[in-house]
Amino acid sequence: MPDFSALTARFAPVKPLLPWLLLALALVAPFALSSYDLNLLARFMAMGILALGLVLIWGHGGILSLGQGVFFGLGGYAIAIHMKLADLPDGEIPDFMVWSGRESLPIWWEPFTSPLFTLAAIVIIPTLAGALFSWAVFHRRVGGTYFALITQALSLAFATLIISRQDVTGGFNGLTDFYSIFGVGLASPGTGSALYWVTLAVLCVAFIALRWLLASRFGILLRASRDGENRVRFLGYNPTPFKVAAFAIAAMLAGVGGALFTLHAGVVSPALIGVVPSIEMVVWVAIGGRYSLAGAIVGALLVNLARDAVSSAFPELWLYLMGALFIFVVTLLPRGLAGLAKGKAA
Amino acid sequence: MSGSAVSELLLSVDGVTVDYSGFKALDGFSMTLNRGETRVVIGPNGAGKSTLCDTIIGRVRPSAGRIVFKGEEIQNLPEQAIVGRGICRKFQAPGVLPSLSVRDNLALAARRDRRWWKSLGTGIPVEERAAVEEALEAVALTHRADVEAGTLAHGEKQWLEIAMVMATGAELLLLDEPTAGMGPAETSRTAQLILGLGDSRTVLVIDHDMSFVEQLAAPVTVMHQGKFLKQGSVAEVRADPQVAAVYLGHTA
Repeated sequence: MPDFSALTARFAPVKPLLPWLLLALALVAPFALSSYDLNLLARFMAMGILALGLVLIWGHGGILSLGQGVFFGLGGYAIAIHMKLADLPDGEIPDFMVWSGRESLPIWWEPFTSPLFTLAAIVIIPTLAGALFSWAVFHRRVGGTYFALITQALSLAFATLIISRQDVTGGFNGLTDFYSIFGVGLASPGTGSALYWVTLAVLCVAFIALRWLLASRFGILLRASRDGENRVRFLGYNPTPFKVAAFAIAAMLAGVGGALFTLHAGVVSPALIGVVPSIEMVVWVAIGGRYSLAGAIVGALLVNLARDAVSSAFPELWLYLMGALFIFVVTLLPRGLAGLAKGKAA
Repeated sequence: MSGSAVSELLLSVDGVTVDYSGFKALDGFSMTLNRGETRVVIGPNGAGKSTLCDTIIGRVRPSAGRIVFKGEEIQNLPEQAIVGRGICRKFQAPGVLPSLSVRDNLALAARRDRRWWKSLGTGIPVEERAAVEEALEAVALTHRADVEAGTLAHGEKQWLEIAMVMATGAELLLLDEPTAGMGPAETSRTAQLILGLGDSRTVLVIDHDMSFVEQLAAPVTVMHQGKFLKQGSVAEVRADPQVAAVYLGHTA
């Protein structure tokens, strides 16, 4: 294993400043970047919100989820359905439904007409789905690799379901062509940067809340059951509700991130939430550092930035490069980039 | 302890059988423990000593028999309910939580309300701090309270886990091989620690090490092939030809 300690030592004094440095850059960005680049940054920050959830469950809870795309998608589709309905003239249904031979809206689309319902749905649906799913698995004491495999099956099933119900989900193409959000035109000047500020605010709130949670007795118990679930159980705790609560929070963050991403990207589709994207989400966090909240945000930003740069020039190359990066990090930097700033702990 | 509770029954293991698909780890095993008593269980490898602990704490469910603690049958209770009744076990391999500080390990054990939403706060609740500091002192780890438990020496880990089991406030402590991997000096300190628990706690110790058992000077129960074989003082057990044949003969 190579010795990064010289690099680490040089970097260590900067470490506490890192979140502040990131925040400073984020505050300057709207004034320094073109609206295209700002939109890109905002997308990556939305992904960073999801990445924070993975630090909670994977880094500190030892729960590897290869299905975060599902919750990302639940949030994304919730806002997308709302925007589709909002742009619709009275009495009409979205064009893709007409092409699929439908004559009326599916009944479960109706409530998404309400902005309030949609906002609540973005938070509640992924949280509830995450809680129910993880409870069903954890209370049977299934964990580790088996849990990871079940989450992967879940993301496969979810993407397949969406593709197969083209008439109500838009199928493989997903939902796109949005024009307004809560009465504000997406193309109007200022909307882009307003949405950027919203995303940054959500990211900061999530960061601060998780930082507190990880330092709390809850966080301590989560790490304890990661390291010795039996010891925790035989100290009189039931680890299941702790893990379910953590998973539900991560699902909520994924959902909120998904909704914000959809706003910035102008599209949500199975290609963004299926098996491969769900694995990529884990890769961002592995590269940034799964024990570190700031590391995970940096990972999400850097990997997506690299992806954007590489895949526009050499589309086929990206998956290989990401695979190589992942192997590099897992074998040489198990704590990710954040590990470089972690001090000399062996 | 109040009154002259000389022989107040705390735990009774009554005809317990544990069947691992044909292999009977416990075979109609019975024993009783009185409040305040320290008891050592010995027996050759595979005699069922650890299975006995597993069964008492609910990790393994018996196929027959009853386990009665303070007058209540506990063999069907969930694990955390059994801990809640006042039974806690130290595992054979040190079960400390390596990435937590020594103090956090003890704080986790000393927690009175273990429901998840009660953990949404930082620091150790005021009313639990004294118990944590007391446990730290009992095992002389106060000066290492803030290091990660994973960095402790092997013996220190064993002591920390004993301290954790004590800190739960459990009345019945099950100590599974507390001296495993210890040298003679550490073994003696462990014996002192257990003797220091006094008669406020009931302790069931499982061990192989006869010099340690002698230091505890406690009554000994001998197990063999999942069955009760013999009970008596260390000297009586040593002198017993049946015990010598199944156990001491192999290790002498």
